[in-house]
Parts: sequence; structure tokens; C-alpha cells
Amino acid sequence: MPKRDFLSSDVKPAGESWVWVTSMGLGVGLTMIVFLLGMILWNGLEVFWPKPVVQLELRPGSTAGLNNAPVFGGEIVKSQIKAVQVRADADAGDEPPQREYQLFVGNKDIYGFGYKFIDHAEIAGESRPADVIVAERLEYGNAIFRPKELRLADGTVLPAAATAFDRTLAGLVRESNDRRAAIRRIERDEIGAINRQLEKIRLERRALENKGPLVSPADQRRLADFDAAVADLQARYEKLAAKARELRGLQSVNRIAYTTMDGAERTLPTGDLIDYYRPNQLTVLNKAGIFAHRFWKFLSDEPREANTEGGIFPAIFGTFVMTLLMSVAVTPFGVLAAIYLREYAKQGPFVRAVRIAVNNLAGVPSIVFGVFGLGFFVYVVGGTIDQLFYSLSLPTPTFGTGGVLWAALTLALMTVPVVIVATEESLSAVSRGTREGSLACGASKWQTIQRIVLPASLPGILTGLILAMARGAGEVAPLMLVGVVKLAPTLPLDSIYPFIHLERKFMHLGFHIYDLGFQSPDSEAAKPMVFATTFLLILLVVCLNLGAILIRNHLRKKYKTSTF
Amino acid sequence: MSTATLPSTSRPTMTQNTTASAGAPALNPAYIQIKDFSFYYGAAKVLHGLSLDIPEQQVTAFIGPSGCGKSTLLRNLNRMNDLVDGIRHEGDILVNGHSIYDPLIEVIALRKRIGMVFQKSNPFPKSIYENVVYSLRVAGRNGKAELDEVVERSLRGAALWDEVKDRLNESAFGLSGGQMQRLCIARAIANRPEILLMDEPCSALDPIATAKVEELIHELKKEFTIVIVTHNMQQAARVSDRTAFFYLGKLIEYDVTTNIFQNPANAQTEAYVSGRFG
Repeated sequence: MPKRDFLSSDVKPAGESWVWVTSMGLGVGLTMIVFLLGMILWNGLEVFWPKPVVQLELRPGSTAGLNNAPVFGGEIVKSQIKAVQVRADADAGDEPPQREYQLFVGNKDIYGFGYKFIDHAEIAGESRPADVIVAERLEYGNAIFRPKELRLADGTVLPAAATAFDRTLAGLVRESNDRRAAIRRIERDEIGAINRQLEKIRLERRALENKGPLVSPADQRRLADFDAAVADLQARYEKLAAKARELRGLQSVNRIAYTTMDGAERTLPTGDLIDYYRPNQLTVLNKAGIFAHRFWKFLSDEPREANTEGGIFPAIFGTFVMTLLMSVAVTPFGVLAAIYLREYAKQGPFVRAVRIAVNNLAGVPSIVFGVFGLGFFVYVVGGTIDQLFYSLSLPTPTFGTGGVLWAALTLALMTVPVVIVATEESLSAVSRGTREGSLACGASKWQTIQRIVLPASLPGILTGLILAMARGAGEVAPLMLVGVVKLAPTLPLDSIYPFIHLERKFMHLGFHIYDLGFQSPDSEAAKPMVFATTFLLILLVVCLNLGAILIRNHLRKKYKTSTF
Repeated sequence: MSTATLPSTSRPTMTQNTTASAGAPALNPAYIQIKDFSFYYGAAKVLHGLSLDIPEQQVTAFIGPSGCGKSTLLRNLNRMNDLVDGIRHEGDILVNGHSIYDPLIEVIALRKRIGMVFQKSNPFPKSIYENVVYSLRVAGRNGKAELDEVVERSLRGAALWDEVKDRLNESAFGLSGGQMQRLCIARAIANRPEILLMDEPCSALDPIATAKVEELIHELKKEFTIVIVTHNMQQAARVSDRTAFFYLGKLIEYDVTTNIFQNPANAQTEAYVSGRFG
């Protein structure tokens, strides 16, 4: 009998050769997600990295420059192959592809635009002058210029070449930033407090007048008191306003004179400058410092200039508060509903129908929830609250208009199916043996649920909450109907009694993205902001989820069951 | 609403037992009376008119092949089968002369007095300490001194104290299988029930852990009336005083254990205990 080779052909390899199809599904998904996140990350962070400023010398006779000047310059945003429009009759076959730059030229107050394309063919020379300054201003975006001199209030003129120039300019900018903060404090905090008192007096007076004809001496005395208080507040207001005016006047006493890249001479009050740097003198370390500084400013500042400049702090904060409120509203609601459905309701066709309905609720377009929120929460509930408790300030609505509370409740309604489904799953994962063990100890059904079943299913409930938060935080459409605004003057949480202002309108990162990207007057300027805001929205959702995941892992470790 | 509870037995507690055993009253030979009891899951009749008396402070073993209804009967003794949909029963079960199906009896109060140990150990996702005192906590007894005392007494009673006394606040899931089952026994006796039901308590344990639990059953019967379901003939022979053999939902034979194993009256019983079928 011939010896059989164990690995010969009659033993077929038992490899599962089609496994790769399943792995490909995951692979494609992962690639797309990584690509998307990478793109957002790169584009969102690149905005904050300072770019060098080039000065371009144009070919003689070229008309491509600004104001017919032979030179101009700016930050190179993009270098690309020109999309040449080839006419059908032209012979374009052998022409080499033409390249073009997209430059950020800044100085929108002079040019009226911020970005400009320029053909390579028009450029004769390119240089990077070391003295160029990029300055962030209160208005019209960044200025890009070469400084000439500082004209100080006392008549001194400090040329840019002087050694004291940089120190003086930095000092002036710091001074004007401090002054701006002081003006803001006066106008927002102190005058704001006066306005609140005036409003309070107005409401009290109105309450008094609503009682009927004011004939009694006590009423007359109160009216006189009101008048006196109003006059007093008015006087204090005048004083503060005068102080703010004076400070504001000081902002424009020192001026900086400069030439733009195309040679035009201009001056600018130093009070308009927020920050400046010399992009062509920076080392990598300097750039990293400026990057961190600008990123921090973006996180912590309020938006300026129709949201295209400045930071997005109110939007981050609004999203955060709204998501937390939503979680607080959705969790008890969803968990209780799930407990009833799973533990108490008699399982039958009706409960099955309810369960299907709940699942389908998750598929209803979110705008429908927005319309419902507007119709029910805002107009019916909010309107009733206004009638009952805030009738004095009517017709100005307090709760009868969109606000962070109504937005949170609308989103809670939208995400409640997610929590119900997840909770039901985790409740049913608690084994029958464990429940029987508890009942055999003489526990009632509710005690069993409360002491054994719920703690054991907490990790699963948190999973549902994580999913709900991820969906809620990224939602925009319903919010537009129930309380999100382009620019909210105040935060929903601050140091003024009663600290949480649930009726206030708020800003939201998702809406901010929509607003910047599609409602902005200057789409080129808004584009980087859209990426940066998207990046932050994702970051915020990830952070909220990480928080919930950490809690969940802690609980899992505590209960250490194998059911999850 | 007033709810009736089962009247307490007059039997002394264990501590009294050890000090004054001489004057102990006579034990009730029919402490649990099962009277012509039939039981249905939906349309299926799984118990056919069973009648037997279970004596106080003895170990009674239920044996029989799988599906013979012995676990179903056991789970009816503390009405654990109430949880199942579509059940129905005929006949009656009396504990100390009172029907457990009396509508005035609260099933929770009943279960406080009838402890149960399950086939698969089912500790709660809590610490060892909280597992043991669970039945006291749900009864609203939260006094620290009392709980501490109950934990020590119950764990000693379940022969687990020495192994876990240093880690009472650790998760119960860190115990071995045998320890978990003994923890479940400690939990079942913590509230000092009068009857202890054991549903194949050793089926998932190794021989050493099984020996420990069996030893424990010997100790526990000084205080509790024990009903145990087992598949293991030797175990039934070793631990029980009386044995009931069930087959296809019928009680075939019920007698003192030695008679069942050495001198069975019924041919089916003999075939089963000698291992010829089942």
C-alpha cells in the first residue's frame, strides 16, 4: 500500500475564502469614516496655523493686480491647476496646464473682498518681505500690511525701523484690549444690571396700574417711588454711558500708518487691533504658539462680524447645556416607559404594537418633531406658562417662544425611542434566575426591579443614553424651530439669578455650521470656520460620549456580570 | 387592607434548641401537606393529583427522571410558579395547616418564610455582604448591628464565613462556583425561614463542593425543614430522611429513604434507583 501524503490533493484546504467579503464591508466603512474625520481634522485645524505672506511682482503691463498696482500680496491659500475654459475651435491640445494661486489678500475695507485668484503666468517675481504684519481687527477681518510708523496721541511719530516700535505697538494693543474689556464690562454687566432693574420697576408699575384707578395716597406714594427710582437709575446710566464713551474715544487716539501690499497708504487706530504677528519672521515654535493661541481664542471667544470671525464659545456652551438638559429629560422618561413595557405590561398584541410604534418613532423625520415642539411646547405649554406667570410682560413672550428648555424637550421626545429600546434590551438581559433569587428572598416585584434588575441593566441604559446624546447633539433641523438663533446675546447659564435661564434662546454648533456655510455673505471666509466648527462639534459629542462610556465602564466593573 | 400571614410555628429557634433541647415540643409529621395537587402549564397537565406529607425538620428528597414534575412541585411550595403565564392548579398545599393559596396570604410574606436555593447559583450583582442581607433589606430591616450579626451567622451556617470574612465588601462574582452556591444558601437562610427548598443545589458543583453542601444540609436540618430535588441517587440516599419518587407527574412511591433505596415497594422505583432506567 503506497504511503499517503497527508497533505496530498485528497485533503482539501478548509479555508473560508469568502471571509474577505465581510471584512471588506467593515473596511469600506472604516475607510470612509477615517477619511471624513481626517479631512475635517486637517481642514479644521489648518485654519489656525499661521501661513507666510508672499509679495507678488506682476509682469509689466499686467492688469491682474489690485488697483492696477504692479505688486500685491497675501497668504497663499491654494495652488491649483486652472480650470481653463477651452473653446471648441481653439487648439488646446498641447498647451501645458496653467496653474493659479488663491490668495488671501485681507484688507477687506480697502478691496471689498478677501480672496483673489492670480495666474502663475502673470507673476514675474515672488518674495517674502520680513516686515509684513498680519493683524486681527475688530472689523473687516484681517489686515495684511507693511508698517510705516506709529502716530501717538502726544504727537510723537515712531518709525517702523525704530527699535522701540515693536514694544510700543504690543503695549498699545494690550492696552486697547484691556480697555475694550472694560467697555464691555460697563456696557454688558453694569448697564445690563440697570436695565434689568428698570424692567423690574416697569413690571411692578404695570401690576399696580392694572389694579385699577390709582387714587389712594399709598398708591400715589408708590408711583412717586417708582419715578424716583427710575430717575436715579437713569442718572446712573448716563454716568456709565459717558464713561464708556470716554473709553471708546481713547481707543482711536493712537494710530498706526502702513502701506498695503499693493503700495496704498492707510492708517488705522490701534484700538481696532486685537492681535498681530509677523508671519515671515516666525520659527516653527512661534507658529505653534500662535496656533495654540488662536485655537484657544476660537474656543473661548464670542463670534464677531456675522459669526465669520472670533470664537464660537456660546455655540459650544449652548450645545453642551442643551444636550445635558435633553439627557436629564430623556433618561427617566425612557427608562420608566421601558420598565413598564418589559416588566409590567402583559405581553400581547397590544404591547407588541406599542413596541413597533416606538421603534418607528425613531424613523420620523426630525423636522416633524421640531414642528410638534413649536406647536405643543412653545405655543401651548409655553403660552400657558406666560399667561399664568408672566402675564405682566406680555405681549413679549417669556416661555412662549423658542428656548433651550423647549429645544431640549423636543430632542428628548425625538431620542426617547433609542433609550426605550436600549433599556428594554438590557432589562431582558437580566437573567430569570437572578430575578427568581430576589423574589425567593421575599422581595416584591418592584423591589426586585429597583434593587437587582435596574442596577444590573444600568450599563445598557447608559449605552442607550450615549446613542441618544450622539443623535441629539448633532441635530439641527428641529432646533431651528424651537430656540436656536444665529447670535444669542446671553448664555443659558450665567451668574445672574436664577442662574439657569431655561427660557433663553441659545446658539448651537450644528446650526452654526449651517449658518456659516450657507447663510454667510462671504463663503470663502466662512469655509475654514465651517470645518473648525464641525471639528469641535464632533469633539464635543466624542467628549460627552466618552464621559458616559467611562461611567458605564465603571458600572460594568462594579457589577461584573457577563450579560453585557 | 389587612393581610393574613402564616401563623408562626411554636418550634424553638436554633439557639434555644442548643440550650434547651430536652424540652423541645414534638415535631409536626405533616408540616407541609400536599393534598391531591394537580398542576397545568396551559393545557398540559404536569402534576397528576399528588398527595404527600412532609415532616418538620427533616430532609425530604424528590427524585425521578427529568420532566417528571419534581421541580414543578418544589416551585409550587413557595409559589414561584406564579411568575409563569397560563398556569392553573387543583387541590391544595398546606403549610403548618394553612393553605398557601389562601387569597388572604401575601405571596411575599410566604416567600419570606420559605427560602429557596436554585440549581444554578444566582448571586446578585452586589457585594457578598449585600447578597446575604438582601432579604432583610427588602423587609426594611437596615440596622447595622443586626445586619452584621445576620451576615456572620448566615455565612457560618453556610460554612462560608472563614473563606470570605476578609472580603465581605467585594463582588459576589469573584467567588468560585461552590462558594457562590453556599453564598446562595447563606442568603436563603439569612431571614431565618422555616422551610428551605433546594432545587438540585449540587448539579453544577464539583465533588468537593458537593460534599461541603451535603454536610451543610445535615447541619441545616437541625433548624429547617428541607425539601431537596436531586438527580443524584447517592446524594438522596446520603442526605435525606424521606424520599419521594416521581414519574411522569405522578407520585410513584414515598417512604423513608432507606426503604426506597433498599426495599422499594414499587417495581418502577426499584428500576430507577438501581439505575436500570431514567
